[in-house]
Parts: sequence; C-alpha cells; structure tokens
Amino acid sequence: MNIVVLVKQVPDSGSERKLDPSDNTVARATADNVINEMDEYAIEEALTVKEAQGGEVTVLTVGPDTATDAIRKALSMGADKAVHVSDPAIHGACAPQTSAIIAAALSQLDYDLVLCGAESTDGQVSVMPALLSERLGVPHLSGARKLTVEGTTAKVERQTDGGFWAIEAQLPAIVSTWDTINEPRYPSFKGIMAAKKKPVETKTLADLGIDPGTVGLATATSKVLEFAGRPPKGEGVKVVDEGDGAEKLVGYLAAQKIV
Amino acid sequence: MAEVLVLAELNPAAGGPRKTTLEALTAARALGEPSAVVIGAPGTAAGIKDTLAEYGAAKVYVAESEDVDAYLVAPKAEVLAQLVADKQPAAVVIPSSPEGKEIAGRLAIKTGSGFLTDVTEIAADGTATQVAFAGATIVHSQVTVGTPIYTLRGNSVTPEPAPAAAAEETVPVAISEAAKQTRVVDRVVEQKSNRPELTEASIVVSGGRGVASAENFSVIEGLADSLGAAVGASRAAVDSGFYPHSFQVGQTGKTVSPQLYIAVGISGAIQHRAGMQTSKTIVAVNKDPEAPIFELADFGVVGDLNTVVPAATEQITARK
Repeated sequence: MNIVVLVKQVPDSGSERKLDPSDNTVARATADNVINEMDEYAIEEALTVKEAQGGEVTVLTVGPDTATDAIRKALSMGADKAVHVSDPAIHGACAPQTSAIIAAALSQLDYDLVLCGAESTDGQVSVMPALLSERLGVPHLSGARKLTVEGTTAKVERQTDGGFWAIEAQLPAIVSTWDTINEPRYPSFKGIMAAKKKPVETKTLADLGIDPGTVGLATATSKVLEFAGRPPKGEGVKVVDEGDGAEKLVGYLAAQKIV
Repeated sequence: MAEVLVLAELNPAAGGPRKTTLEALTAARALGEPSAVVIGAPGTAAGIKDTLAEYGAAKVYVAESEDVDAYLVAPKAEVLAQLVADKQPAAVVIPSSPEGKEIAGRLAIKTGSGFLTDVTEIAADGTATQVAFAGATIVHSQVTVGTPIYTLRGNSVTPEPAPAAAAEETVPVAISEAAKQTRVVDRVVEQKSNRPELTEASIVVSGGRGVASAENFSVIEGLADSLGAAVGASRAAVDSGFYPHSFQVGQTGKTVSPQLYIAVGISGAIQHRAGMQTSKTIVAVNKDPEAPIFELADFGVVGDLNTVVPAATEQITARK
C-alpha cells in the first residue's frame, strides 16, 4: 500500500496572521509557520493503514523552502520520505493552479491512497482534494471520520450534520479527513532523530513539466483586489451578576427585540 | 439581462430548498437574472418550484436522475458544467456547504474558471467580499478567468422575495462513468433534532468548557429551545466529550454568522472566534471577567452560568 499524504505549512492560527500589502498574498515569510493542524490527522491515518497493511508513506508538499519544517514534522511522526515542490514562480498561485502542480507531482509517484486534511487553517477554501480528483480522474471520498481499506476498496464514513454517509470507491482514491478520525501521535525522540536522515526530494516546476508562466500571481484565476482589518467593535456592555444577571441579560435581548 | 445559475441546496427532511438557496438567489440578483438549478433524485423539483419562483428564479433547470443521488458530488458538478456550456451564464452561485464547495471546485476545473469560496457579499461588478483569518481581515476579491463561480456563506445575505416565473426546463442527465466512482451506500442519521441547523440558524447558543459536563449541556439546550436557537459547542467542550463534533463552532468545525450568538462558558480563544466573529450580536456569559470573549461581546454577564442561564431561560419562557 503506497500512501501519499498532502501536507501544507500555514501561519499559526494562534498567532497574528496577515496579508502582505505589497501583493495581497498571505504573508508567509514573516509568519509563525506550522504544519496545518488537520494534516496531522491525515498523517496519523496513513501511518495506521501502513502499520496494518504494510507499504510506504510519502509526504508531498508545495511551498517555499521554509516548508521543510512541516515535512520534518511529518517524517518525525513516522512517514518514510517526502517530496517538496518549491519554485519561486509558484508564489501567489490560486487553488486551481496549485491543484495542477500537486496533480503533476502525484502523477510522478506510485500511489494507492492519497490522504489529506479536510481544510487548511489559512485559506480554508477546503477544495484541494476535489480539484485533484477532478484533474486526476481518481475518486474522492470526502470528509472522513472513519476510513477502512478492504482489499482494493476504500470505505469511508463521511461526516454529516447529525450523522454520516457510508461511501466507498476503488483504489487508487483520495480521502480527506476530519479531526474526528483519530488522535495523532506525538513524534518520539527516536522519530525526530530518524527524520533527519529520511530522504526529501525537492522538485521544481520544470521537474514536473509545468510552464512557470501558467502558475503564480500574474496568471491566477482569482485575485485579491484589496483588504482591510475588521473595523473595531464598539465597546460592549459588561455586567457582573449580583442575582440580577439573568434579568439584565433578558432585558438586553428584549431591547434588541429578540425576545 | 445576464443569466446567473444558482444551484439549489435541498432539505429533504423539510421538503423544500434550504434557506441557503434563497440567500443565493437573492445574492445572484446583483449580477443578473437568477435561474435555479435543481439536481436530485426523480421528483425532487416538484415540491420546491413555488419557493424558487417566490425568491426570483426566472427559470428552473430540473436535472433528475437516480445517479445523482447514488454517487457523491461528481455527478452534480457534471450536470452543472453541461449547463454552463449550454447557457453561457454570467456567473454561478452555490451555497457554501462542504458539498457546495466541492461542486464549485470541480466545476472550476471542468470549465477552466476561477472561483471564490465563502463569499459574504457579491457586488454588481462581480467583486466579492470574503472574511479571512478568523474574521479579522475583510478581503475584496475577483475571479479573473472564465465564468466566475461563487460559494455563498450561509446567513450572510437576507433572503428577499422577488416573484419570478420559474419557467421549468428539463435537463437531460447522462452521468459519465468517471463521475460514478464514489458510491453512496447509506445515509445514516444518528442524532435527530428539531432544532434549526447550526449554520442556518438565526440564533445560536454555544457552550464551552465552563459547562463542565455532557449532562450539564441541558442548560445550553434549555436556553436554545427557549429562543428557537441552534446549539453549538466550543472545541474544548467537544474534545472533552460534552457534545458531538458536528456541533463544533470554530476552526476545524463550523462557521456561523447568526443574528445572535450567545457564548456560554466559552473563553473565546482565536480558534473559536474563527467560527463566530461575524455574528451580528454577540452575548457572553462567563465567570472569568478577563475572558477574551468579552472583547467581542455586545453584552456580557460575568457570573456563574449555572445560575444565570437557567434563570434567563425561565424568564424568556415566561415572556412568551
């Protein structure tokens, strides 16, 4: 079972995140960057499948050179090797362009299963696996809270409001996972040391056969025209409950014509 | 007037279109004349046409086939792509559910277009508003290639009636083998609820770690029911096992934008704010006067939720 896990490095959602006013892209260079949290669940799931069925787990990321930190995290959890697509021309690429890059990189790998997080915490566009499915003609099982691989069939419980849909497809398949699917392991000291020796292959757009003129900010299919901080909220009212908290609360709701 | 395709999102339980569909029809009118697209099992369109007419659908394209229900997402994107090719619309507007976003993404690849997800407003010139970084940044964006595709975040636009003809046109459905790869084997409902759906509700009452136990979430549910509200939960509450994950508000959960959001026993970490910051009015109840949720709150009560909330519930019920 060859499994590829898609990993993205994102600005830490707990730190201050900004757009770069010079070109309206996410300010990644100055950010406190971490592996996208949801991706850790995908890595854990890949390792679980590998431990049960054998095979190899490859981490694939597209991002600037600093994204090696996210790769090391994935390798220290137990992934076997990594492919890092890095090229200055990618800066500012839109989701469809990025999907073309990832699809090209996947096409150079031998995979039965592609796992990824259901969304990233920076853009929260949450469509990448669907775009890849469309480009590669490989089925997508989305929003998994449970994954079972039986022979050449992937079975997923797709999380819905108030329940789930049981969905299935033949391998090779793309599965996107929610954080309900497992509890990611922490890298062990041994894992962290071993990760330093694991192979990381760096690829450029040329290596993938992609014309740099077709990706990046200048040719993106959508663009940010302008941005601004949310206007600060007016000072709210804060009361301390002295037996009258509920009354004041209901009074406020009544004044707002809510009750 | 330019035609704008609006994908109808259906609510089988209620036998009608979801409110998000009416919001999408309303938002689409900024760009042109909306045509609703109904894709579902045979018989789907019959019960909802009147509502689509009421909210401005000049036409209703009806694509009904067992195949669109039997396979996940891809058939719907295929039908929509065919319609885009045939009708050459000015734009496509889709409700921003997880399925809606997947459809939008697939449609973008099929039609060679750009797309914008989770927009909160669409202007007549095609530019759209999005909120980024936990609601802290407001962005104006534009699709620059192909037929613009938008997914509209729920509760961002108020549905406004604008009666139209809803002239029905049947769309022949022939789903390719490529779109029949992911089979839907079963649809399982685990929690039946009479409360409104979280992302659609006009009032949401959420509980956090301060609620302290799963049993004690009945305090949150009681207040929610007195207001006809949906129930939400912070990640801390979900991770502690107090409430199911499908009700989680915030990063790695749902984003809500109700008229009123009541945060009970929630400290207000940035990850929670990500899911509720755009709510119109925010009320907080927390025993810690320093809790960051109070920075967001229009009205805050510093106090014990176990006394304040049941008393408030009682008073609200008494006012009815």
